[in-house]
Amino acid sequence: MYRYDEYDQQIVDERVKQYRDQVQRRLSGELTEEEFLPLRLQNGLYMQIHAYMLRIAVPYGLISSKQMRMFAHIARKYDRNYGHFTTRQNIQFNWLKLEDTPDILADLASVEMHAIQTSGNCVRNITSDEFAGVAQDEVVDPRPYAEILRQWSTFHPEFAYLPRKFKIAISGGKEDRAAVYAHDIGLSVTKNAQGGIGFRVLVGGGLGRTPIIGSEICEFVPWQHILTYVESILRIYNQYGRRDNKYKARIKILVKALGIDEFKRQVEADWADLKDGPGTLTSEEVNRVATFFTDPDYEKLTDHDSQLNEFKADSRSFSNWMLRNVKAHRVPGYAIVVLSLKKPGSVPGDATAEQMEVIADLAERYSFGELRITHKQNLVLADVRQKDLIRLWQEATAQELTAPNIGLLTDIISCPGAEFCTLANARSIPLAQLIAERFEDLDFQHDIGEISLNISGCVNACGQHHIGNIGITGVEKKDHDEWYQVSLGGAEGNLSSIGKIIGPSFTFNQVPEVIDRLLQVYLRERLEAESFIDTVRRIGHVPFKEHVYATDFTVAEEEIADKHVVVPAQYSVPYYSPRF
Amino acid sequence: MIIKNKKIIADDWIVLRLNELESAENVTVPEGKVIVPLPVWLQQRDALQQRAEIGVWLASAERPEDLKGDIQKFSVIAVDFEKFSDGRGDSIACNLRARFGYTGEWRAIGDVLRDQLFYMQRVGFDAFAIRPDRNIEDALKGLTDFSEVYQTSFDHKLPLFRRVQRKGNPVADMVNE
Repeated sequence: MYRYDEYDQQIVDERVKQYRDQVQRRLSGELTEEEFLPLRLQNGLYMQIHAYMLRIAVPYGLISSKQMRMFAHIARKYDRNYGHFTTRQNIQFNWLKLEDTPDILADLASVEMHAIQTSGNCVRNITSDEFAGVAQDEVVDPRPYAEILRQWSTFHPEFAYLPRKFKIAISGGKEDRAAVYAHDIGLSVTKNAQGGIGFRVLVGGGLGRTPIIGSEICEFVPWQHILTYVESILRIYNQYGRRDNKYKARIKILVKALGIDEFKRQVEADWADLKDGPGTLTSEEVNRVATFFTDPDYEKLTDHDSQLNEFKADSRSFSNWMLRNVKAHRVPGYAIVVLSLKKPGSVPGDATAEQMEVIADLAERYSFGELRITHKQNLVLADVRQKDLIRLWQEATAQELTAPNIGLLTDIISCPGAEFCTLANARSIPLAQLIAERFEDLDFQHDIGEISLNISGCVNACGQHHIGNIGITGVEKKDHDEWYQVSLGGAEGNLSSIGKIIGPSFTFNQVPEVIDRLLQVYLRERLEAESFIDTVRRIGHVPFKEHVYATDFTVAEEEIADKHVVVPAQYSVPYYSPRF
Repeated sequence: MIIKNKKIIADDWIVLRLNELESAENVTVPEGKVIVPLPVWLQQRDALQQRAEIGVWLASAERPEDLKGDIQKFSVIAVDFEKFSDGRGDSIACNLRARFGYTGEWRAIGDVLRDQLFYMQRVGFDAFAIRPDRNIEDALKGLTDFSEVYQTSFDHKLPLFRRVQRKGNPVADMVNE
């Protein structure tokens, strides 16, 4: 993985110094909260309901065991013993004191980490494919380009105060695993007919209030020009993006207003002056950065391991785990392992300090000391020898990290919801827990197969409900009544789509039954080996909708003494999500 | 006092701002060194360009293209930051400096604060009228927050990877050897 040289280290160290001084000026009253806010936000520091929350950048989701141990240290020393992995492949700590944050950043700098631009109206952490470098379908390894983009976007002087936040994702596989269609800029690094490397560039995708699938602005930008091309997109956005209304300030609204053709014309008119200029990438630089992403020292192994098959036959839990959480690796004898942070009953994406330390050890022993964080809030050991899988499984199971549910119904993305977030209309985590517990039965989950269920407590879509096969959104009808809209047909990947709402909303306790009814229709209608989303695409919404609303719901609603009071303490582990 | 070329200096320019009763056509531009709003320049160009020294300021939504042919007439061009968090001025700077080749004084006025100065000087501002309620000596420190940067901009015509020899992964080099 990438290692800092003296330039990277100096920039990050100077940032710690600058930030320490800003905190000092805030504490002394020299800076007002209004003035401090954009400064702390550019450093990932939010003021939440109960305390400060710090979001730490994990560039394109890739970290070392050493860095993971630093997270455990921060969780113990400054927080309540846990951290929360986010849909942008970052980690958040939720219970911090403002005056501790400069020391936390100094600790992070000592392991080549920072919190630069993890919030605020600037270019955020670049996200990428969690299987980059090891996926069988990879065309070009996106990691060197992700790192080059990280450096380019870090403290970019012209784009620090954009109209709104700006998210870039990059993928390099045939299948998109980085949700490039749902980003302000989505990049797919690929090869043209002549074998030249370049980028398909999508622009103006995003979720939130106005979910839009990104539009292709250029089919193929040769790799040399990607930084200047992205610069021109940002320059047009910085000048013409709306600043009068926060909800209409994302680039997707500008692209929609101008139309993709006119937007492209403006971008390329700007780019004409930059093309082939000094910002153009050099092969020396790409090759230099690529030396950090060469293959680890793989052994020559074969794919078949008799011990593994024997153990699979003996242990149903192990074979289920192999089926769902272990993915094919491009090198024979190796496997990709996904550690689940979605054990039914737990809070999606949370890990304790102890778990982090065990995970760091596992990575060190079984996967060359590296880890990835996935945008579905799980963790990946990317280079595990197949012959180590049994031992790894046993050790990870002791830490409750082997729920065999990756890509299944209980691998739920959920935002924090109304208990923690001032924007949310309804609770999300308890609903995720209720659903996970109702459908915990593994045979049933395996029978249903690939499906995504995403929950957001409001229209802002932190839980990415628009791109869930089943999406759930909290809505308020009147006076703090919790209601949930259910949408169907959302998807990420190559066939990205935005889900459509099936009809009138439901109460908290009706939602699991609604999901059950949707699944009944799928089981009734599916063709052999057809996934849930494929059935929805084939037969449309109507059969689902009809069945869901055909009969009344009989579930009893709990009596709530005072619906204005929310009690987050009922959860052993409080939880926040990337809200801005 | 303003910061210019990284030093605190006395400043005798007057920034003309129109009140509600004044219009670009009828406002009387005072004698002396005045930085006028863009609309005033456009309306009173014939008279104003007779002056020995004249400046112009743009609001962040205004376009530097409107000055194109006149750029070298000004002793100072300014951008008014209505709010420090409005970054349009930084793209105006880029256009004015890199595209139109403006080489004169390029001043930030309005909500100009210490923590934005480093970025502003990078895109081409060389003069800063710090918000009057702030200590200008403190603000000066903002220009030296960082000693190295990655990207090309007005201050560095070359990005870091073209300016210095950076090392690749020593482990990978060993493998290759």
